[in-house]
Amino acid sequence: MERLASQNVGRQPQTLADKVWASHVVHRAEGEPDLLYIDLHLVHEVTSPQAFDGLRLAGRPVRRPDLTVATMDHNTPTIGLDLPLADPVSAKQIETLAANCAEFGVTLYPMGHANQGIVHVIGPEQGLTQPGMTIVCGDSHTSTHGAFGALAFGIGTSEVEHVLATQTLPQGRAANMAVTIDGDLPAGVTAKDVILALIGRIGTGGGVGHVIEYRGSTIRSLSMEGRMTICNMSIEAGARAGMVAPDDKTFAWLEGRPRAPKGADWDAALDHWRGLATDEGAVFDKEVTVDATTLRPHVSWGTNPSQVVAIDDDVPDPDRIADAGQAESARRALTYMGLRAGTPMRDIPVDTVFIGSCTNSRIEDLRAAAAVVDGRHVSAGMRAMVVPGSMRVKADAEAEGLDRIFTAAGFEWRAAGCSMCLGMNPDQLAPQERCASTSNRNFEGRQGRGGRTHLVSPAVAAATAVAGHFATPEDIR
Amino acid sequence: MEPVRTIAGTAVPLRRADVDTDQIIPSEWLKRVERTGFGQGLFAEWRADPDFVLNQPRHRGATVLVTGPNFGTGSSREHAVWALQDYGFSAVVSPSFADIFRTNCTKAGLLPVQVDAGVAEALLAAIEADPAVVVTIDVEARTLLAAAAGVSTTFPLDDFTRWRFLEGLDDIGLSLRNEAEIVAYEAVRPAWMPTAS
Repeated sequence: MERLASQNVGRQPQTLADKVWASHVVHRAEGEPDLLYIDLHLVHEVTSPQAFDGLRLAGRPVRRPDLTVATMDHNTPTIGLDLPLADPVSAKQIETLAANCAEFGVTLYPMGHANQGIVHVIGPEQGLTQPGMTIVCGDSHTSTHGAFGALAFGIGTSEVEHVLATQTLPQGRAANMAVTIDGDLPAGVTAKDVILALIGRIGTGGGVGHVIEYRGSTIRSLSMEGRMTICNMSIEAGARAGMVAPDDKTFAWLEGRPRAPKGADWDAALDHWRGLATDEGAVFDKEVTVDATTLRPHVSWGTNPSQVVAIDDDVPDPDRIADAGQAESARRALTYMGLRAGTPMRDIPVDTVFIGSCTNSRIEDLRAAAAVVDGRHVSAGMRAMVVPGSMRVKADAEAEGLDRIFTAAGFEWRAAGCSMCLGMNPDQLAPQERCASTSNRNFEGRQGRGGRTHLVSPAVAAATAVAGHFATPEDIR
Repeated sequence: MEPVRTIAGTAVPLRRADVDTDQIIPSEWLKRVERTGFGQGLFAEWRADPDFVLNQPRHRGATVLVTGPNFGTGSSREHAVWALQDYGFSAVVSPSFADIFRTNCTKAGLLPVQVDAGVAEALLAAIEADPAVVVTIDVEARTLLAAAAGVSTTFPLDDFTRWRFLEGLDDIGLSLRNEAEIVAYEAVRPAWMPTAS
């Protein structure tokens, strides 16, 4: 826009994150955090009940129900949707969200609705997620929406209440971190492998205090789904948010979606969006570069997402880790995971494969997995399930026949939700059950008490289901 | 939140790095719709081990948790903070905190005390050797003192957050003082931006 362009004359070059931040400052004062306007607040059943209670206690309304969207995803079942919930505590939480949305006038996509799904899948899908916006949700994987050039971050329940009441949030400035990834990805290496490799390198605290901007030719070549996978796991590197500058791929993905601007509004939006990219000469506080051409498919071996290796490698030896604290963490992790140092990753037998979660449950993820299992069958005794990220992803996949490919191969085909990513619904691991999972966290007990989670891409998950041990699609060809 | 000016008490030494919020409060506990009663679920899985530090009678009644770096990583669940408070902790001392956890602490009134790795190590060692070591934290002065551990240090806490701790101020009320500016901002937001309705 002309006005924006003229404002930029003589100004210091800015990053994408700085631009989005600056355009949302409602109030700025010396010695105080900036008060930022929030364009979209996504709400789910787990982190909102106490926030709505707080509003009731203070007699406050939801300031902008029109900028607030709720869905049920974390503890909803993925089978038997027409039956009462088996767990009365979960049922109460689901009912509480429905009652709160009705009382406060918030749009809700409840269980069984055609638009229901994982909150970070439905935002983009509905076109609610757009470049240059500020987006929050009481969920750390809100960073997903940064793939569109939005500043999107997870918040706690007190902040959920704050945004419901004021549509603003006080925020201390974040530093800027550039992660530049260049080069063509080798065959079989996906966005998931890129982000796992990065976290392996910078650690789970590597991004603390920073907004990461992912840049470079590899990021430009990735689909929007791939960019979402990468931004999604920014929080696993400790970052406050992850972002990708919007480009023609972003705009093409958004155009025509239900909540995307139309007609003259689309042109106005596009003008604004095209000015968001980081200016030439903008300075980052921290920079990391990754050579994509050297990457391999990755598998986690431990109990945090930085404990990863290439699938061709062995389980690492804690005695060879220099940092004493990290070595001790590795020892604890190997005990919990039931693994021995030096075991080739491909030799580890796997009990269960989970394809789903806000990291890898979009149509492209399901296509990648289906291509691997098409005409094959899961290994004897293997439990394998696919949980689409949303009811729309599920419908799209069924229209393409992906459900039939999966079920013919021995996978269970489920309804949408967070499911086994965090085991709040009945989809859980048993103690010591070993799972190749396309989700984002391999923390102790994350997928069920005593369960052993290995983070992988959809392609590796699918190949592993067929092989019965960690494998790439190449291995089973 | 309640005003917090000084915290003085014994401490629990949790010698672990990268403690994630799934460990602090497992997801099973997140199904509840109340804000209280999470203390029972604090470190629920680790407490199944009778030797776990929280189960040791010598650390009973402690009000400060001292831990390794990157505490509170992972999920945004504020329930982790509520669980620590409900159990009886008023402050967590660590070389570093995950961002969302740290923010949740400052909203709910649990004091995050960031100290150098060497200070954390000195505190851990001293408390492991003698559970009676008293840690005194002064919010106004931004200092942590543990004479028996030979520790006297300052910690970072921005003026605004310190003021909120000292006065026990409601963040929403503070933001609503800027109502006129919020209204003015809303008046110039582009009409093409998405709405749910």
